[in-house]
Amino acid sequence: MSEPSTLADAARRNFLAKAGVATGAAVMAPGLFLSVSTASARPADQPVTSEKRWGILVDTTKCASDCNDCVTACENENGWGSSEPNSSAEQKAHWIRSVKIRNKSTGFTKTLPMMCQHCEHPPCVDVCPTGASFRRADGIVLVDKHICIGCRYCMMACPYKARSFVHEALHDQKPWAPRGKGTVESCTMCDHLVDKGEKPACVQACSSALTFGDLYDENSEISQAMKAKDSVEIRADLDLNTGVRYRGI
Amino acid sequence: MSHRSPASRILALLLLLLPLAATADSEGEAEKEALPFSDLSFPEPARHFSAEQKCVQPVEEMRKNHMNYILHQRDETVHEGIRTRRYALEECVNCHTAQDDKGKYIPINAPDQFCYSCHSYASVKIDCFECHATKPVRPSTLQTPASTTSSTNSDKLSNDIRQLLASEGPAQ
Amino acid sequence: MKLTMNYRETEGSSTGFWVLVGGLALLIALAGGATLFMEHEGHYVTGMNNQIVWGMPHVFAIFLIVAASGALNVASIGTVFGKPLYKPLGRLSGLLAVALLLGGLVVLVLDLGRPDRLIVAMTYYNFKSIFAWNIILYNGFIAITVVYLWMMMERRMNKYYRPAGFVAFVWRLILTTGTGSIFGFLVARQAYDAAILAPMFVIMSFAYGLAVFILVLMASYNWTQRPLGDAIVRRLKNLLGVFIAAVLYFVTVYHLTNLYATEHHGVERFILLDGGIYTKLFWIVQIGLGSLLPLAMLYHPTLGKSRPAIATAAALVIVGAFAQLYVILIGGQAYPLEIFPGYEVLSSGFFDGQIGTYSPSIWEITLGVGGVALALMIVTIAVRVLRFLPETLADAAVDPHAPVS
Repeated sequence: MSEPSTLADAARRNFLAKAGVATGAAVMAPGLFLSVSTASARPADQPVTSEKRWGILVDTTKCASDCNDCVTACENENGWGSSEPNSSAEQKAHWIRSVKIRNKSTGFTKTLPMMCQHCEHPPCVDVCPTGASFRRADGIVLVDKHICIGCRYCMMACPYKARSFVHEALHDQKPWAPRGKGTVESCTMCDHLVDKGEKPACVQACSSALTFGDLYDENSEISQAMKAKDSVEIRADLDLNTGVRYRGI
Repeated sequence: MSHRSPASRILALLLLLLPLAATADSEGEAEKEALPFSDLSFPEPARHFSAEQKCVQPVEEMRKNHMNYILHQRDETVHEGIRTRRYALEECVNCHTAQDDKGKYIPINAPDQFCYSCHSYASVKIDCFECHATKPVRPSTLQTPASTTSSTNSDKLSNDIRQLLASEGPAQ
Repeated sequence: MKLTMNYRETEGSSTGFWVLVGGLALLIALAGGATLFMEHEGHYVTGMNNQIVWGMPHVFAIFLIVAASGALNVASIGTVFGKPLYKPLGRLSGLLAVALLLGGLVVLVLDLGRPDRLIVAMTYYNFKSIFAWNIILYNGFIAITVVYLWMMMERRMNKYYRPAGFVAFVWRLILTTGTGSIFGFLVARQAYDAAILAPMFVIMSFAYGLAVFILVLMASYNWTQRPLGDAIVRRLKNLLGVFIAAVLYFVTVYHLTNLYATEHHGVERFILLDGGIYTKLFWIVQIGLGSLLPLAMLYHPTLGKSRPAIATAAALVIVGAFAQLYVILIGGQAYPLEIFPGYEVLSSGFFDGQIGTYSPSIWEITLGVGGVALALMIVTIAVRVLRFLPETLADAAVDPHAPVS
């Protein structure tokens, strides 16, 4: 990793040491804390831990044949989709896509969203030469675009075609979703929303088919739903233990 | 000249470098009076961090070490999901972006704007804004306590509140 | 047994020399321009896309890197296997290896999305990445080969050159294993994910490297009017024949293994039967022009003795090499990922189930050619300023059975 700034480190330690005092202050001035979001949200200054593992359950039986709502929500939230005027259709970035498939022997047809599956053992993380492709402690697989050199080896390795390379200069990115020319990107499970206790944009847009939550928490909605009815991993043969699971295929 | 031993060459090199070291020292002293780049002009920030302090750290400190704060925050946010706002690049943009006559924001990486006026002067290339937004998009969540409260509390306590506020704001 | 061998710099003052240097410099400059254009605009100006993520620059780069390791073989045969006939060729072999590798690396680096972050690639390592190992293997190869060359060329260090040659030999085998594993370790794609790719790349390197070596040797002796005897040429061309046959063997085993497993029938059908350009490249260029034809020429009773025919055969091997790498790299990516086994894709937001399309842009090809030109430029300049080439490689001078002078 990069060299940490000792200054900021010291400031943080200092702060943590005094957290007790500060909490006292909070009681003294309660009106100042209205902006704190949901009660379950991790405090903004605390790192993510491996005590949680975020996942999404896709119930494809609820996916309408030509529905694209989750894709549109992701585009709007993260600013991809119409940001690359010069790139060809095959060069444009996609973080999530809708796929319609038919069982070759039975003719059974399904529509489902396809995106980064947030594997426990992600091939993209294994192959990345610089460690830019990484798995956060809470299971979200991300690209650190600061150290991505744009070699695209992760794209060769991903079994789900979940990653995109940005082929041209971008403008007016969203502050919470930085993306730029020459680096690789993919679904972030809206880590900026998850970090403040909200659900990813796709799940917010389609709560009927998509369930988000902590896979390690037995009582979470997603764990209960997965326990109640069968769900599968895509390319389960690769044994990647994906964080995104599907029902109905 | 041609018969010089390696040792004497090194000695000569050191002697040549000596005046440079001396200037470095004297610059350090001069800093106390005039901040580096203080002859440059750039847009005034939209607001101050607090009544006592213009930026998130004293201005001298920010001019010298802003990159360390941003770099540290960057790694913590990307890898650990730490979303404190005090050293978030977005808050730099929120405060330091200027508006044109019609009230439209000018990208912070435009040549004469906050970042680049200094960076082109110092010939230091930055690539933050190939990926990061160059204009404020949502209101700042970097909150500061009202300066009037500090009269009753000790400076230390008010600083703690400030830090807590900065970190507890709705992070994104 | 030690033959006295005099090495001498090339003259490097003829019109031909300057035309060569000028021509190569022009190609390098064009590649520089193409790179600046691609990096300024972004990769949208190339034929590469999010389906075919590696394109023509990678075909060139991997050819050069694989050939580099193979070019060192000639030196290894002399040093490690103690064949005296090959010893005078050791210096050129080492030089060519370093030059080809540098050419390949430059192409690889200049195609990165962020070549300005090369320092990041050198300072952040993920040791589980085959790519990261390769960065170490490539740098190590250059360092070891330079030391090896130094020990060959510096009289006082001659006594150490055998262990250096042994280290270089082992290192180059590991290096090409690493290059093959870039593909061999990819579980996701039907055409890759095969352990045989690593040894296959090693054998490919033998053939590609030797073909390049033969051409450079013949050209440099021809253009400098130095004698090059039949003994060396005959030995090298026979060796090339063996290597071509060995590559064919590995290609056969690779495809037979895939053909046996039902899950790979799709990709085999694509490459061998109905893959359009990839099928044509495979059968006509790689197998026909690049393997069977040169094999026939090299072992033909009369053609096998003709210098132009041998040179042509070596050139055909290189043409076949590009076809082979194009089929492996581009063809392997063009065949769609098998994301939903048992299902067919009716529609997709991003080309699922469809053959990827790729047409190389002029910029990519210019960059690749520039890498080849850079490698040749390094060789041209190096043999001009340092003593790489023996004054004579006439039969009498290299025959190990001739009396020691």
